[in-house]
Parts: sequence; C-alpha cells; structure tokens
Amino acid sequence: MGAWIRSAPAMAYLIAALGFIYLPVVVLVVFSFQDGLLPVPPFKGPSLQWYEKMFANERLVESLINSVVVAVSSALVTTILGFLAAYGMARRTPRFAGGIRFILMAPLTVSYLIIAIGLLITFNIVGIQKSLFAVGLGHVVINLPLCFAIIYSQFGDHLRNIDWAAHDLGASDVQTLLHVIAPIMKPSLFASFCLSATLSWDEFIIAFLLSRFDVTMPVVIFEMLRAGLTPEVNAAGTMVFAISMVTVGIAAMVMAVNHGERK
Amino acid sequence: MSDRLVELKGVTKEYGSVKAVDNINLTVSRGEFLVLLGPSGSGKTTILSMMGGFIVPTAGRIIIDGEDVTETPPALRPTVTVFQDYALFPHMSVRENVSFGLAMRKVSKADRHKLAEESLETVGLAGFGDRGVHQLSGGQRQRVALARAIAVEPTVLLLDEPLGALDLKIRRQMQEELVHLQKSLGATFVHVTHDQEEAMSLANNIALINQGRIEDYGPPNRVYLRPATLFAANFMGDSNIFEGTTVACEDGHIRVDTQMGQLAFAGEAEPGTNVHILLRPEQIRVGTADDDGMIMLGEIKVIEVVFQGTHKLCRVRAGKDQAVDLLLRLPQEHAVSPGDTMSVHARETDAVLLRD
Repeated sequence: MGAWIRSAPAMAYLIAALGFIYLPVVVLVVFSFQDGLLPVPPFKGPSLQWYEKMFANERLVESLINSVVVAVSSALVTTILGFLAAYGMARRTPRFAGGIRFILMAPLTVSYLIIAIGLLITFNIVGIQKSLFAVGLGHVVINLPLCFAIIYSQFGDHLRNIDWAAHDLGASDVQTLLHVIAPIMKPSLFASFCLSATLSWDEFIIAFLLSRFDVTMPVVIFEMLRAGLTPEVNAAGTMVFAISMVTVGIAAMVMAVNHGERK
Repeated sequence: MSDRLVELKGVTKEYGSVKAVDNINLTVSRGEFLVLLGPSGSGKTTILSMMGGFIVPTAGRIIIDGEDVTETPPALRPTVTVFQDYALFPHMSVRENVSFGLAMRKVSKADRHKLAEESLETVGLAGFGDRGVHQLSGGQRQRVALARAIAVEPTVLLLDEPLGALDLKIRRQMQEELVHLQKSLGATFVHVTHDQEEAMSLANNIALINQGRIEDYGPPNRVYLRPATLFAANFMGDSNIFEGTTVACEDGHIRVDTQMGQLAFAGEAEPGTNVHILLRPEQIRVGTADDDGMIMLGEIKVIEVVFQGTHKLCRVRAGKDQAVDLLLRLPQEHAVSPGDTMSVHARETDAVLLRD
C-alpha cells in the first residue's frame, strides 16, 4: 500500500504525459465514427458512414494509391542508398569519416520547408516537373540521413571481419553485398524501409509544394480541411494514422526480435 | 617452385607517426608452420593482415609464391585467413559457409557439396552441414572456420589468434589438431598468438615480435633455451636473470660480478661491460657439484612452494643477504617446504649471456 502511495505521483505524471501525446489522436479517431455532420462533441454514437463516404471519394482513393506508390518507391531507394553509404563508411575508415558523417546527417536539422524550396528551385533548373516523381525524390532527400543512421548503427566490428572473410574467399564487392552483408543486415534494412515509408506516407510540406495534378493523401486531406471540418477528414486521418502505426510497429518488432537473437 | 613461399622484404606499416610494423624481413618456407608470437599491440596481427592483403604496407614488398602481391586484393591471393572471431556468415548453414569460397569459384553445386563435406570431415564435423552457425559451440565454430578456409585449398593459411576464445582444454586439443592438419594437408601455416606455450607446441619456427620488430627468430627450443635478447628471454617463459659487470674475460670464459658473487660463464664480453645471465627455473638444480662446468649458486632459502601438478614451483632467496629472488622448478617428489635451506647449482652451458 505504501509503495502505491509513493508511486502515485509518478503514475499520475505518466498518465498526464501519455494523455498529452495521445488525446488529440484519440479525439480524431473517436469522431471519425461520429453519427452526425460535425466532428465535435457530443459524440452521437458510432457509425461507419464517413468511412463509406471516404472510400466513395475518388480523389481521396486515388491519392491514397499515390501515397502508397511514393512511400514504397522512395523508401526502397532511400534504404538502398543508405545501405550503400553505411557500408562504405563502415568498411573503410576514411580520413574524413567524421566530416562525411556530419554532412550526411546534417539535413536532419534543416526544416522541410527550406528543403522543399531548395528542391523546387533545383528541379526548375534541371527541368523536373512538379509531380509525384519530384515528391518521391524529395522524400529520398529528407529520409536518407535517418536511414543511413539506422543502418550505420548496426554495422559492428564483427561485420568488418565478415566482410573481409567474404572477399578473402573470392567474393567481389557486389557478391559480398548481395550474399553476405545484405542478408545479415536484413532486419535493419527492413526497419529503415518501414520508417522511411512511414515518414513519406504522412509527409505534407514537400508533397504539397512539389506536386501538381497527382497528389498524395496528406495534400487531399489538407484540401478537405480548407473546405470545412467534417468527420470524413477524421476518417481519412485515422486511416493515415493506422497505417503508420502498423508499419512502425512491424519495424519495431523486427528490430526487437533481431536484438533478442543477438543476445 | 622455390622453397621460399612467403617473403616479406623491409615491410613497414605506419599509422600517422606510429610505426606499427617496422622494417620486417621474414621468410616462410613451403610446408612450414610459422608462429608470429608477441604481446598485444606488438604488430603481429598487422603483419598477418598484410600477408592476407587486408592492409597495404607503407613500405616494403610482400612476395608469395614468386609473385609480388604487395597490393593484390585478398581475393586474388593464394592465402586464406581464419579470423579471431571466426567471421562465420551467421545467416548461412554450416555447409553454405564451408562451400562459400567454392561457390565464388563457380564450382558446381554437387561438387561443392562433396568438397564441403570432405572439409568438414577433415576438421571432425562430418554430418554437421545442415546445422545453423548459432547452434554450434565455440570449438565447433572454430572448426567450421577452419573447414571454410581449407575448402578452397589455400597455399598459405593465415590464422589470427584462432584459439584465443576457447577454454584451455579445447585449446590444447585444437593445437594438436592444427599440427596434424598442417602435416596432412602439407600446407603452409602462419599463426598469430600471444601464448608462448601455444607457439612452442605448434611452430617449426617462431618469430617473436615486439614493437613492430622481430625480436628473435628460430625453432622453439632455440628461442626458449638460447633467446637472442632480454625481451625474448622474459617473454618465452619463467626466467632467472642475473645482472652483472664483466670483470675478466679469457679463453671463451668470463667472470661476472653479480649479486650472487663472482660467477664464471662461457662467453665473451669486454671487461667492464654490463651483461645479463639467463637461467630457466628448471635449469637450477639442488645439491653441490664439484664437476667442471658447473656454476655454484650457493645457499638458498625457500620462501614459497606452489604445487603445479607436473612439478613444484619454488620461490627462493639467494645471494649475499639473500637479496636475490629466484624461481626453481623441482620434481613433484622432491620434499621441500618454506624455510628450508639448500645449495643449488647450474650447468655452465645452460646459462645464456645477454646484453642490454
């Protein structure tokens, strides 16, 4: 009983903190099931009408597919580039390793808005039109530092000898990467893919500024918001949130299982 | 086909201003078991890595089988390395690990299977092919690493402290097996270790490395019994070293003034020079002997007796005022206990004269 009283403030603090983080999400999700025209209290009972409406909204469904395509393809490219960069950094210890790592990681601190403006200007010069392709490239740019960091952190010293052993036994660089290093790194490659797909999936600023006719889901949700607050927006938001959570959850599980195996 | 299989000529490796390896000249003959022995940080692993092609020397040439391979990548060298941590591929089965090198050499799957099984049989792991690497003990992983290396039939097998992680019993057993393996394959082995007992039980020749240089080189009994330097004498096992000044030198004999009194030894040195005299603990015998060629070391007092199974290791005091600590190795049956006093002597021919 005494322990309970002593830990009560800590418990209260935990609940308050979690509430602060998750309450907006809970409200969003709950009012997506609103049986009424406005996503505001009082809650008038559960209904799936807004989900029906959402799936009947062609522009929204189309954007959902666009989002998936952009997320998967940009995550794939990001993971491959991040993997190659991490391998290169881990394998050799170049004199400027620290500097290179800094340059690779620095974009994490730059606001998406700044990156988007930079990309907009650059694409204009190079001749790349505002499009889903441009959005995908933008997402590669913003997610690469994180992917690199995740994968690089998993390159241990033991991998150096494994890499040497593969070369020693006659494997080329490509063979070593494909047959030895990539399979060993599979869990962190997968985690990095999931995270960068998730970040691309609900990214708005770059998607908004670099697209024109075909747009991703966050952009459509933004348009709907400007038209007015309806539970349909909640339903769309709930969907974005649910898919993100599932993807991140899978990534976390894969990492945890892998971590357990290593011990 | 020359007898000199591996030649290191003036090989140096610098990291910044630090010389990890300093102008090494070394030859490994075909069919030889060479051990690079030395304390950690002595540069022995760097030398091995340069033979294997993982590190390119700052200066000097490396010639293997008549070909200059100084800058040849590991894949194109006739060497294979067995790493200290084994570096097995964790996502592959034992068989896939062992046949990896063969697969890279485009050997057909059926032949690969057969050759891998043969390699596994050689290292005593017949039938282990389907197991995962995670299911193996440390000793078994060590064997898989060996099997993987010998499967591609390297001309030179490089072993980087391969027994370092094993417990003593398996370690001794693996030492024996390594010697057998080397003989039956007729291959050339270069083995790195910091364990002088391991070095002596494996090697045809020991290259003792210290601070990036070869401190001593030769067959184990020579390096142990007649070490070339003070460092070699100390590193190769327990030793008694008397420091003294030469007072006279004639007919190949010198008289040295030590803390044990004036002693005569075989050897030559200018009078007035400082010398060190090495006697191994087992070379000091109990009793007085009047024969020629014996060094009388006088009365000693036993301080401590440690029973070590095959013998008793005794810590004793000798010399004037019993100021000199000595180590003696006495037979098990020798009744001795702390506080005993006795006379000891040694054969003059056993003593090794060393300079600073």
